[in-house]
Amino acid sequence: MIEHYLSLFIKAIFIENMALAFFLGMCTYLAVSKKVDTAIGLGVAVVFVQTITVPVNNLIYNYVLKEGALSWAGLPNVDLTFIGLIVYIGVIAAIVQILEMILDKYVPKLYTALGIFLPLITVNCAILGGSLFMVERDYTMPESIVYGIGSGFGWALALVALAGIREKLKYSNVPNGLKGLGITFITVGLMALAFMLFSGIQL
Amino acid sequence: MKFLRKFLDSQEKHFEGNGKLKAMYPLYEAIDTLLYTPGKVTKGASHIRDVLDLKRMMTMVIYALLPTVLFGLYNTGYQANLMIKKLGGFQADTALWQSQIINWLGIGFDPGNIFANFLHGLMFFLPIYIVTLAAGGLWEVLFAVIRKHEINEGFFVTSMLFPLILSPTIPLWQVALGISFGVVIGKEVFGGVGMNVLNPALTARAFLFFAYPINISGDRVWVAVNGAVDGTTMATPLSDLAAGKAISTWDSFIGLIPGSLGETSTLAILIGAVILIVSGIGSWRIMISIVAGMAGLSLFFNYFVESANPMFAVTPVEHFVLGGFALGLVFMATDPVSAAMTKPGMYMYGALIGILVVLVRVVNPAFPEGMMLAILFANVFAPLFDKIFINANIKRRLLRNGSR
Repeated sequence: MIEHYLSLFIKAIFIENMALAFFLGMCTYLAVSKKVDTAIGLGVAVVFVQTITVPVNNLIYNYVLKEGALSWAGLPNVDLTFIGLIVYIGVIAAIVQILEMILDKYVPKLYTALGIFLPLITVNCAILGGSLFMVERDYTMPESIVYGIGSGFGWALALVALAGIREKLKYSNVPNGLKGLGITFITVGLMALAFMLFSGIQL
Repeated sequence: MKFLRKFLDSQEKHFEGNGKLKAMYPLYEAIDTLLYTPGKVTKGASHIRDVLDLKRMMTMVIYALLPTVLFGLYNTGYQANLMIKKLGGFQADTALWQSQIINWLGIGFDPGNIFANFLHGLMFFLPIYIVTLAAGGLWEVLFAVIRKHEINEGFFVTSMLFPLILSPTIPLWQVALGISFGVVIGKEVFGGVGMNVLNPALTARAFLFFAYPINISGDRVWVAVNGAVDGTTMATPLSDLAAGKAISTWDSFIGLIPGSLGETSTLAILIGAVILIVSGIGSWRIMISIVAGMAGLSLFFNYFVESANPMFAVTPVEHFVLGGFALGLVFMATDPVSAAMTKPGMYMYGALIGILVVLVRVVNPAFPEGMMLAILFANVFAPLFDKIFINANIKRRLLRNGSR
């Protein structure tokens, strides 16, 4: 049983890396990867939010949205999956907001460290992607917790690695036309090439 | 040789300052520094003077590569001649054009004849090498001229390494395409030698590997005899192992096995490793930690995992002598540009490569060999390792000296 969760975890981090295998969350990935320190901040925030939103969305999917899920309320024929997309985004936004308030009140140090990244996560498609994959693959509750941690961690890992490279690239002599985002796109492509290492591993 | 120096000096005025050919200065400079030690020396007091310049460093790597290249030539011809003998002699209508030329020259296809093997291998290596030099060199010169930086000896190492990691039967247009990708995307867009993130030769090969897998993987490409004929398929020993066949460790160590042009002989590569380590160019820290990572994980697999997959039982020694492990270990992973630079970073970088190689070889059924991608993957994380240790060092020093 533990083996199953472990392999799901490894799969979520490396084989199905949110950033470098599915290219999700690209906007924040490219925008907030200039420095390693801020990248770590955002990475921690993403792991945090992902770990909470995927299981919560799992609950909502299984007890509200799925066909026949509302039978506990006496509505066995209702199928609400069509509003899934909006509901998941709403849940993510709500959770990020609540999290922000809680952190502000009880852990102000972490709150100031995360700063703008926390609200930014609301629109990070890696987070929404995590919830959608969870629905598509019918993960159970424990599975979605593991998947949430794993996919968040994988995205954070790719982000921090890119930040490390971009700090090194400051000393490179990039052609004018490619400076900034251009060379970052090329770098991300090359990183994805290296991440192909894990493609094909069956777990 | 005096007249050559005089000739170069007399031509210098055309390239320098406002000379007619000033756009071609990088080309002139490259030829000059290729033939002679650069004349410019540092003045002033604040420099460390050392005999080791970039040119000498790269030349040293080429010397270290020579045994591998020579053995690669021999083995490519040997494998081809062995296969031709097995097929019952030379068949003019199906043979590759390289073999046609050997036949036309009347050299023969006797696998026992060292000279014949050598020449046959040369017929495969030389075209690939020439195309690599021409295509890669073109990009190199183009970027140097337009972006006004110097042409660097580093390209000679890249162009020497690249043919060694290709299959002997690879189409030449793919060689040109691959090296173009490696030089332009892998290196020049970052500003040239010393500023790239990934190893250019490996980037080029990875590109070919994913773009044209038929010509660089599988079991039809490793022996330089036309693979369209039945019975000429010859898997690399790594694929054989995965299929559960036994292989000879000794042959693999010497290098008399099918494989990429220059990756087969662990012995020849180890000679190169000694040259690199003694001259202080290749990092022994990286090499040791790769071997340690590889041995650690493969021993763990040997003793603690029970599996029907025969790859789990492959010993560290077999991992060491098979596939591209040795070549990657000595010449690719130690590339001073793309590897980690801090000492603890080197250990982590090396260990990561060692672990990933075994992981890919054993648990990834998609690729029989993992050295190339493992090194590229570690290249991606090398700047991060450096960053971690540099930051730790800064913190420690602040503490030691009392932070303000």
